[in-house]
This record gives sequence, C-alpha cells and structure tokens, in this order.
Amino acid sequence: MAKSVVEIRNLTKRFQDFTAVNDISFDIKEGEILGLLGPNGAGKTTTIHMLLGLITPTMGSIHMFGLDLATHRETILRQVNFSSTYISMPFSLTVEENLKVIARLYELKHIQQRINDIIKKLEMEDIRHKLTRKLSSGQMSRLTLAKAIMTEPKVLFLDEPTASLDPDIVNKIKAFLKEYQRSEGLSILYTSHNMREMEEMSNRIIFLQRGKIVAEGTASEIIQRYGQRDLEEVFLKLAREEGRS
Amino acid sequence: MSVGRILALLSRHMYLYKRSFARMLEIFYWPFLDLVVWGFITIYLEKVGMSMQGAVTFFLGALILWDVLFRAQQGIAVSFLEEMWARNLMNLFASPLTVGEYLTATMTMSVLKVTAVGSLMMLFAWVFYSYDMFHMGLSLLPFILNLVISGWIIGVLTTSIIMRFGQQAEVLAWGMVFLFQPISCVFYPMTVLPPVLQSIAWIVPPAHIFEGMRAVLTTEAIPVTHLLWATGLNAVFLLLIVIWFYHTFNVCKDRGMLVRVGE
Ligand SMILES: Nc1ncnc2c1ncn2[C@@H]1O[C@H](COP(=O)(O)OP(=O)(O)OP(=O)(O)O)[C@@H](O)[C@H]1O
Ligand SMILES: [Mg+2]
Repeated sequence: MAKSVVEIRNLTKRFQDFTAVNDISFDIKEGEILGLLGPNGAGKTTTIHMLLGLITPTMGSIHMFGLDLATHRETILRQVNFSSTYISMPFSLTVEENLKVIARLYELKHIQQRINDIIKKLEMEDIRHKLTRKLSSGQMSRLTLAKAIMTEPKVLFLDEPTASLDPDIVNKIKAFLKEYQRSEGLSILYTSHNMREMEEMSNRIIFLQRGKIVAEGTASEIIQRYGQRDLEEVFLKLAREEGRS
Repeated sequence: MSVGRILALLSRHMYLYKRSFARMLEIFYWPFLDLVVWGFITIYLEKVGMSMQGAVTFFLGALILWDVLFRAQQGIAVSFLEEMWARNLMNLFASPLTVGEYLTATMTMSVLKVTAVGSLMMLFAWVFYSYDMFHMGLSLLPFILNLVISGWIIGVLTTSIIMRFGQQAEVLAWGMVFLFQPISCVFYPMTVLPPVLQSIAWIVPPAHIFEGMRAVLTTEAIPVTHLLWATGLNAVFLLLIVIWFYHTFNVCKDRGMLVRVGE
C-alpha cells in the first residue's frame, strides 16, 4: 500500500453560520490521482484553498509529508502547487517573465533551463514573449499549469484545470499529466465537472455534497454501488436526491 | 526570511514598471508638476513683497519632503493594489512566501520609489530654482529616513484596510496620507495649530519631522528633541502596525477573503 502524502482529518470550514466543508477526512496516496467530484457549491474549491493555506480551517487538521500545515507552511508549500482555470497571472508581464518570477519565488535552480523545458513540454513557444494580457483563456490555463508544474511539486492541486480548453488541448494536457504523474510519482487532487475526464484520470474518486463526503472509491466501485451505468448517472442521482431532500 | 523570495517580488514589480508608461509618469511627471507649481508660487510670493525669510526653503523643501512621505506610503499600498488587480495574491500566498517577506519587499519597493522621485525632485529644484536641499550638509538625512518609515506605517495601514474591505477602499492608496496632512504641519509651523491640535500633532511623527526640517533649513542646528520624538514614535507605530497587519491577514484568511479580494 502506497504511503499517504496528504492526510486530512475532520476538516471543517464554516463561514459565519454557513458550513462549506463539513467534517471530511481522507488521504491522498503517493503517486495517485484523486478526483474530487461534486455539484456547484459542494466545497471542492474551499477544500483546496485550505490545503494551500489560503483559508484557515475552522476545525480539523491537514498534514502533508508528515508535517502539520498549520506549523510547517513554508516547508510544505515549497513542494506543492496548484492550477485552475479561474486563476490568473499578472497581465503586464510576458509569459516568460511570469514564469521567471514564480521560479524565483520557489527558489528554483537553473531557472532558464526549467522555463525552456516547461515551455517546450506544454507547447508554449509561440506565446513565450506574449504579454499575459493578450492570452486567450486556454493559453492562460496552459500558463497557470506551466507555473504549477515548473516548480516540480510532489502534490498538485488542480481545480477544473480543463474548463476552458478545446478538446485537443484537453487531451494533450491529460496525457501530459498522466505521463508526468507516472514518471515523477506525483500525487494529484483533481476537480472537474466532466465525468468522463474524471473516470479516465482518477485512480480514486471522492464525491462531495454540501461539504460532506457521500461516496468514496474507484469510479467502477462507485458506479456499481449506486447501480448506474456511468459516473454521470451517479452524479445526477446523487444531485437529484439532494434536490428532493 | 528568504532574500530570494523578496527579490522575486521586486523583480515582478521591475517588469511591471519597465513596461508601463502610466507608472513611469507617476514617478517622473507628477512630482515634476508639483514642483513647477510650487516653484512659481514661491517666486510670486517673493515678488509681491511678502518676502518671508526663506520662502523658497519653506515651500520647496516641504514639498519635496511631503512627496517623500507620499511616495513611501504609496509604494506600499500601490504594490498591494497591483497584486489585487492582477489577482495575483493567491499565487503569492499559496507559495512559500511569508507575510514578513511580502512586507519587506513592499517596503523595499517604497524605498526605491522614494529614492527615484526624491532625487529627481531635488535635481529639478536645483536646476530650475537653484535650490539645494542639502546646502547645510546631511543633517536632513535622519529626518528623511524617519519620513520614509512614517510612509511605511501609513502604507501598511492603508493596505490592511484595502485587504479587508476590497475595491471600495482602493482610493485610500492615494488619499490616506492626505488625512494626515493638516496635522503633519507640512507647510506651516506647529504653533499655527490650535492648542488641541498641537497636542495631537505631538504624537504624529511627521509633525516632528517637518518641524525639524524647518529648524534644519533655517537655523542649521539639528533639533534633537524632534528627531528623538519622531524616531521613538515611528518605532512604536511601526511595531503596532505590523502586528495589526498580521492580524488582518489572519482575519482575511479565516473569512476566505484572500482568495476573493479584488473581485
Ligand atoms: N469566502 C466565503 N464566504 C462565504 N461563503 C463562501 C466563501 N467561499 C465559499 N463559500 C461558500 O461555500 C460553498 C462551497 O464553495 P466552493 O467554492 O468550495 O464550491 P465548489 O465545490 O468549488 O463549487 P463549484 O463546482 O461551483 O466550483 C458555497 O456555497 C460558497 O458560497
Ligand atoms: Mg470550485
């Protein structure tokens, strides 16, 4: 059994009297892609923000690499990164300049080499010297993915990384992530509203609803348990049950 | 504290300034305009015979120092706004960057801004009005340093308010320092203030600095009392405001505002 790189116990986040994440516990194993699934407002992004130290949990604990995030923020965050369709990078800098700043922020060595590598890997040669302001949303997604991967994280949080991409790029990025994850033993926490993508990418899936974990297992386990044909049907079933309750 | 990460933040601002005409204007053109206007005013005052002893010294010196304070606070607050506008706060604070490193970087930014604006204004004043700020040596320097620290204090205060209240508080980045202008006795001596305000001015570091500046420029002596007051008050306020900033930062993290600020 692979060891856990992330251990989350009884994690809870309340905003005033609204509970966004409600007492969830799970692990992310070394080298696994864990899919976080759930309807809008289920608490996926809030969970990821807590894992990045951007939001303070109301209760519960987060450990990564055996260290407590509350007390070892710097050591942990050096080995972690994130990307999302909904984040942005400074507009007035070129793609390459933005990557340079990030590389310095993570105190990487051989910065130019790394930037060349990542630009090649993600096929960004043509936008390398473009102002970030002028990127299309798909190019922006590639940039934020590049910034995340460039730092060679051990754990990567991807919050809807493919939401605004064309199918060709989505395929390339999925293939790249899979390959990268295999070769580097990287662990990924992945959210997406695309069920097929979720099935393809994830080794294991956690289904979150109203801040609670309602199902957990491999895609086929979950599909079987709910007696449906595919993940999409499970999703609809669970979401509708919520609607009725 | 990592020097590398502080330099990373500075390089981000350098890239920004390198490319932005508007930002360059802010450093070079506006201060120059200020100086031109006040220069003419002093010339006029001397012409109409209201020639108070050292009008030029009073106004131009005060103006340059006022800009030091203004730019020092702006350097801090605008750096934060830049991150907010660029929605870059998440990228920064999900990295190993600490709040202390962030503050150090913006304070360094503010020193760079002040140095650029300050030396340029002094040069203009010297070229156009033959006015030499340092005509009696470097006695002004400790006051200028104190002024920069006062600028930091107001800048960090402004930043914490913007962080907490978002876009609606943005104008404070330019306006906050003016709230302190009347009581800072920039262009007139402290004795002009009504007694109540005088006692308040006594705990405002810039008031001591501008008072001290006038003493340096007119009597050539270093007013030690004002210098000590300014330094002591600055030390206390700087400590308090940094503690306050950490507190506000934590409140924002708790309320999930760090990931939303600017929207
Ligand atoms: N800073 C905040 N203050 C108050 N409520 C918040 C805050 N951030 C998130 N919430 C609430 O918490 C809940 C969970 O939000 P979250 O963004 O985590 O959902 P999500 O699962 O990522 O949804 P989506 O699929 O739409 O991205 C939502 O109801 C949201 O309104
Ligand atoms: Mg989300």
